[in-house]
Amino acid sequence: MSGYPPEMQESIRMVESTRPRRIRESFPAMSLEERGAILKAFHPDYKDETFHAIRVGVSKGQRMPIELARVVEGRPHIGPDFNLSDPMIETDVLVVGGGGAGASAALLAQEQGAKVVVATKLRFGDANTMMAQGGIQAADRPEDSPPIHYLDVIGGGHFTNAPDLVEALVVDAPVVIKWLEDLGMMFDKAPDGMMMEEHGGGTSRKRMHSARDYTGAEIMRTLRDEVRNREDDITVIEFAPVIELVMDDQGRVVGAIVMNLETKVHRFIKAKAVVLATGGGGRLHYQGFPTTNHHGATADGVVLAYRVGAPLGYLESMQYHPTGAAFPEQIVGLLVTEKVRGLGAQPINREGAQFVYPLEPRDVEAAAFIRECREREMGIVTPTGQPGVWLDSPMIEIIQGPGTIQRALPAMARQFGRFEIDIAQEPMLVYPTLHYQNGGVRLRADTSTEVPGLFIAGEVSGGVHGHNRLMGNSLLEITVFGRRAGRSAATYAQQITLGTPNLAHVEAWNRELEEAGVDTGVVSPILLPDYTRHV
Amino acid sequence: METEKQPEVTDAELIPIYIMGKQYMVPPTLTIMKAIEYAGYTLIRGVGCRGGFCGACGTAYRILGDPKLYFGLACQTVVQPDMYLAQIPFFPAQRTRYDIRQLEPIAATLFTTYPEVLRCLGCGACTKACPQEIDVRTYMAAGMRGDIARMADLSFDCIMCGLCAARCPAEEAQYNIAILARRLYGRYLAPRSEHLLERLDEIEAGQFDAQMAELKSLDKDALTERYKARDIEPK
Ligand SMILES: Cc1cc2nc3c(=O)[nH]c(=O)nc-3n(C[C@H](O)[C@H](O)[C@H](O)COP(=O)(O)OP(=O)(O)OC[C@H]3O[C@@H](n4cnc5c(N)ncnc54)[C@H](O)[C@@H]3O)c2cc1C
Ligand code: SF4
Ligand code: SF4
Ligand code: FES
Repeated sequence: MSGYPPEMQESIRMVESTRPRRIRESFPAMSLEERGAILKAFHPDYKDETFHAIRVGVSKGQRMPIELARVVEGRPHIGPDFNLSDPMIETDVLVVGGGGAGASAALLAQEQGAKVVVATKLRFGDANTMMAQGGIQAADRPEDSPPIHYLDVIGGGHFTNAPDLVEALVVDAPVVIKWLEDLGMMFDKAPDGMMMEEHGGGTSRKRMHSARDYTGAEIMRTLRDEVRNREDDITVIEFAPVIELVMDDQGRVVGAIVMNLETKVHRFIKAKAVVLATGGGGRLHYQGFPTTNHHGATADGVVLAYRVGAPLGYLESMQYHPTGAAFPEQIVGLLVTEKVRGLGAQPINREGAQFVYPLEPRDVEAAAFIRECREREMGIVTPTGQPGVWLDSPMIEIIQGPGTIQRALPAMARQFGRFEIDIAQEPMLVYPTLHYQNGGVRLRADTSTEVPGLFIAGEVSGGVHGHNRLMGNSLLEITVFGRRAGRSAATYAQQITLGTPNLAHVEAWNRELEEAGVDTGVVSPILLPDYTRHV
Repeated sequence: METEKQPEVTDAELIPIYIMGKQYMVPPTLTIMKAIEYAGYTLIRGVGCRGGFCGACGTAYRILGDPKLYFGLACQTVVQPDMYLAQIPFFPAQRTRYDIRQLEPIAATLFTTYPEVLRCLGCGACTKACPQEIDVRTYMAAGMRGDIARMADLSFDCIMCGLCAARCPAEEAQYNIAILARRLYGRYLAPRSEHLLERLDEIEAGQFDAQMAELKSLDKDALTERYKARDIEPK
């Protein structure tokens, strides 16, 4: 039985008919010039009218999506007179965000002897990290090297990345793989111990390590389990999002205000150093795109850091993953991992023809899908009006052998199988979906920022990937910089004596909004998306 | 703010579902999670990834007239007419603290860390409840035999939703035992990756330092040339 309606099945027949030819045919990759042209014409980042230059703060003038600018220019939840004299808890290092970056930071800070508190929005591990399927990059095969990895990262980012950050990323990468394995993570390996590594978009070597298609989940649950084993030193507080950072009289970050999501009560957590690891903002749905992100991805960290004076960068580029599910309706926007293309599935149009090299960098690939549907009208339209192109997953089994999908892509097979689509037999329909925040809060290679006491790690940061991240470099980033942040924050915490905590920056922020005549009507960070029906 | 798209439906197409006993009319194409939101709830507990990976949204349900109890993930299961549902966002399961570096990858480690593993009755209630279609009973049986590798392999797709534990007459915390098995496997039993260890030695010895410094010093044009000249490893 097929889960596709008859009109779509007709197009599938054409996809099937061209398969024998396509097995031998390879579509040429674009030149750098062609890439530039297609991005300008079709990538959402180039739709000028959907951007806004922010009017206040240290990065005044920075362009970002309108939906993000609205929360960045928002008003704080609390006033400057909030009572700070009675902290709910005092600690050395406060980690904000219980995803992969936060968990890594907590572990490394604890190893430096710090007492750590992790405050997170929903449950520990309800995070984008948990959802990553495809893999994590690291140059650890003899035919590969950190310098080769460096070139891939910086070319993929259109040569806009911060060189020190890229160096840290690629040189720490093999170290991090070993660290994860020592914690008990199960990587996919051949019987002789060789890591099974694949290509990803924009890689020149096979260096994508995986744990089936639960790579992020395996990282997250392993790190979480380890954090829980160290509960004498690491306290995890769930359902407690941070709504404002707190500074002292010397301009250093010395803690944060958390809100109990259920009681709505605000409390002060006092800390010598703060690691911000709040992840991305897909749930702001830029330009109305669906998203792959978890429920709590609302760009809070960008808002929090900016208010205390940390510069932002690269926020004019968002990553739209080329392959979001476009059918069935229940899972529109959810990620179809890039590994599907890595294993040999080609993108195909309505008539069964290839139209793009399967593994262009993500922004280029996404733009090509949009062109195929919009300009060339060669996409497939579902009964609910959602456009898409085919991703010919059955080719995987033809190329790699029967059973490959069950073995290498169990999560994908399960997700479509729930809607009676057997991806080993039928292609999947895909369209770009909002996936990743390339930019964010600026950081140095040791994760420190312009604001003393504030350290940054993970998707909330900007600079590592320049204007475009390659698959597998984000799980890498969160572990590399999460670890660095834990170490840096704990070391810094040992050296300082706290001044008097205050919220003068809140007052200053409100004044600046007023003077600039800015009122977006939003109280931010917004913490949760609003999906209730308004009648 | 822009929201998850709610479908346009006429009243005639709506179906009744019962959230903790109270009736709501919702569009038939929605997942349980979107239906709960459609009904007006703002989810805090019982929502995480919205994509079938985090285990926050475990849900028990029955269909009116059918005595059977079903389980599913709210974010991955489509509503049905006359569905009676309750979310089980949290289950108080037993978890033991341990130091992975101090353990040995042997059967006795499983038995001393979680003695209750030996009390499994083999009833299979856990397997029936698992929304990931994992054969939980069989991985528990592997655990009882002390077969760490098999327990690790069979439990791999576990998202730790807790539904199995909620059903277990022997009060097992299957998923907590399984993650111990996986961590023991990953750290101790998986074949060693010599190429990784060699690379770590090379990094330690500073073998790439000069190359990295040179790359970092290049301007955009020079980098672009290098980038274009990369040789690509064949698929
Ligand atoms: C579906 C999907 C697939 C992906 N696949 C891959 C892949 O194959 N390879 C790869 O490298 N990358 C992948 N990525 C990207 C990668 O997973 C993420 O970029 C990365 O995991 C982010 O980690 P993080 O720790 O920075 O943020 P997250 O993991 O998102 O964690 C952030 C945490 O902070 C919490 N938080 C947010 N706001 C607040 C607040 N105000 N107060 C307290 N806590 C807060 C959140 O609730 C969350 O727990 C994927 C992403 C998605 C969504
Ligand atoms: S439900 Fe409990 S007792 Fe029954 S098979 Fe599963 S683990 Fe064993
Ligand atoms: S094994 Fe248990 S905890 Fe894991 S997914 Fe299945 S029911 Fe959920
Ligand atoms: S919300 Fe994460 S599994 Fe459903």
